[in-house]
Amino acid sequence: MPQVTSSLPLVRARGLTKDFGDFRAVNGIDFEISRGESFGFLGPNGAGKTSTMRMVSAVATPTAGDLSIFGLDPHHDGPAIRARLGVVPQEDTLELELTVLDNLLMFGRYFDLPRKLIKERATELLEFAKLTERAHDKCDNLSGGMKRRLTIARSLLNQPELLILDEPTTGLDPQARHLLWERLYRLKSDGVTLIITTHYMDEAEQLCDRLVVMDHGDIVAEGAPRELISQHSTREVLELRFPVDVTTPPIDVLSPLADRFEVLPDRVLLYVHDGDDTLRAVHAAGVTPVSALVRRSTLEDVFLRLTGRTLVD
Amino acid sequence: MNAVLRLTPQWRFGSRRSLYILERNIMAYKRQWPVFVSGFFEPLFYLLSIGIGLNHLVGDVHVGGTTISYGAFVAPGMLATSAMNGGIIDSIFNVFFKLKVSRVYEPVLATPLDVNDIALGEVWWSLTRGALYATSFIICMVLLGDAGSPWVVLCLPGTVLTSFCFACVGLAACTYLRSWQDFDAVNIVQLPLFLFSATFFPLSLYPSWLASIVVFSPLYQSAALLRGLSLGQFSWVMLIHVSYLFVMGMVGLAIAARRFRRILAP
Repeated sequence: MPQVTSSLPLVRARGLTKDFGDFRAVNGIDFEISRGESFGFLGPNGAGKTSTMRMVSAVATPTAGDLSIFGLDPHHDGPAIRARLGVVPQEDTLELELTVLDNLLMFGRYFDLPRKLIKERATELLEFAKLTERAHDKCDNLSGGMKRRLTIARSLLNQPELLILDEPTTGLDPQARHLLWERLYRLKSDGVTLIITTHYMDEAEQLCDRLVVMDHGDIVAEGAPRELISQHSTREVLELRFPVDVTTPPIDVLSPLADRFEVLPDRVLLYVHDGDDTLRAVHAAGVTPVSALVRRSTLEDVFLRLTGRTLVD
Repeated sequence: MNAVLRLTPQWRFGSRRSLYILERNIMAYKRQWPVFVSGFFEPLFYLLSIGIGLNHLVGDVHVGGTTISYGAFVAPGMLATSAMNGGIIDSIFNVFFKLKVSRVYEPVLATPLDVNDIALGEVWWSLTRGALYATSFIICMVLLGDAGSPWVVLCLPGTVLTSFCFACVGLAACTYLRSWQDFDAVNIVQLPLFLFSATFFPLSLYPSWLASIVVFSPLYQSAALLRGLSLGQFSWVMLIHVSYLFVMGMVGLAIAARRFRRILAP
């Protein structure tokens, strides 16, 4: 399979915009994704991730802006682009009335693949998804984790160069999540480019080489997970828990000790370089929290800082 | 890459990939073959109940200068009605379910198929079913002596055209339905079409003001076409019937495709 010149980005978006009536879901964003990269879109619900994914999957048409995928224009070359894409949608959209195997066999046909080849690949993919024993069961009878794995297997039938996963592990138990991550690593090491949206920060840290944080249709930060943490948070976080009846923690004492602090209903977060040092200073200042925890800054701290703690729908 | 470059040039509407939707439906219905058996028996029931029953009461009918049995008169009308019901029910009920409940089409859009392919694929499916039922209906007509002439074989393409017309219109209509309650509206349209389309008795028996409305009914157009074909009474008016059904179908398909895009790929 000849490659689109590898210096070209696999996906390139300039001023990508999507409106639904008066509502602007994606507000002129720019990004580039290189071949072999695993790229994350993070953001709260309604941030515009799924709309972006649907445009990058050459399904939804952008309202404005330039988008090229494999160097092609999705408006004119939609079928050619989609032939090289794999998409794992947010919700499993399997044919529940068909068997596990028939789901794969039929889906392969949509890609103009010959039946014999589809059968070979389906057998391999059932192995990959650990579903070989369930091949002849109706999809309706599968557990949530199995359905998810089948959806992912289905997305690989056309051996895509670019795999787009929209919240791939939402609703999965930890075992299923880890199995899925391991599968995604394998794909990545096989050279498949991954685009992942998630709101699990540990997942983003584990899987993404580079990511963007979206909020209200804009990209608010971009970089490798480690870079983002060092740019937008401190090295460590000291979490101090106070008794519930202490309505106002001693902020005037604590605030000079941290780069940044945050007061939550049950605890105070101090963003600092060295948590243990700060904890000693807190004790020295005569403040005695019920408990104290020192941890490293995570992507979740960055995420909450950038997109706020208010609940979004 | 070859597989990618070999992508077929697009037809003006949809592509040959629309046939995969037909393939999908055949696969999904493999387990539901009793549906087809009922479709096979339906025409027989129609012909036996209405045809034979009323034949004795009504006797002969004068159409286009010839006298034929009531059975031979009503059979093409029944055939047209059955094609209408089949086309509408299949595209409205089943496609509504796939579009809004089971959401069968969403993963398909992640493949090289386009929204137009999906709409066209569902039309192929309706035509396939329509042709199957029409074949059994025409065989029943011949066996029961209700075929007016050997030209009755031309009723097969005529019925497929009827299926096309109603399937496309049904496809467009189903995109406007919001919930199962809206299906009552389908009956409100379907029933008068069935009763006022010169299917049971000749147009000449209608009062003239009603007759001038009836001729605009698509079911009348189809029934008149099929009756002419069955009796072997050819006239240039048939071209009007054919064009009417074809244009109405194309308009329905164009609306359906636009609406599908709005729903599936906003």
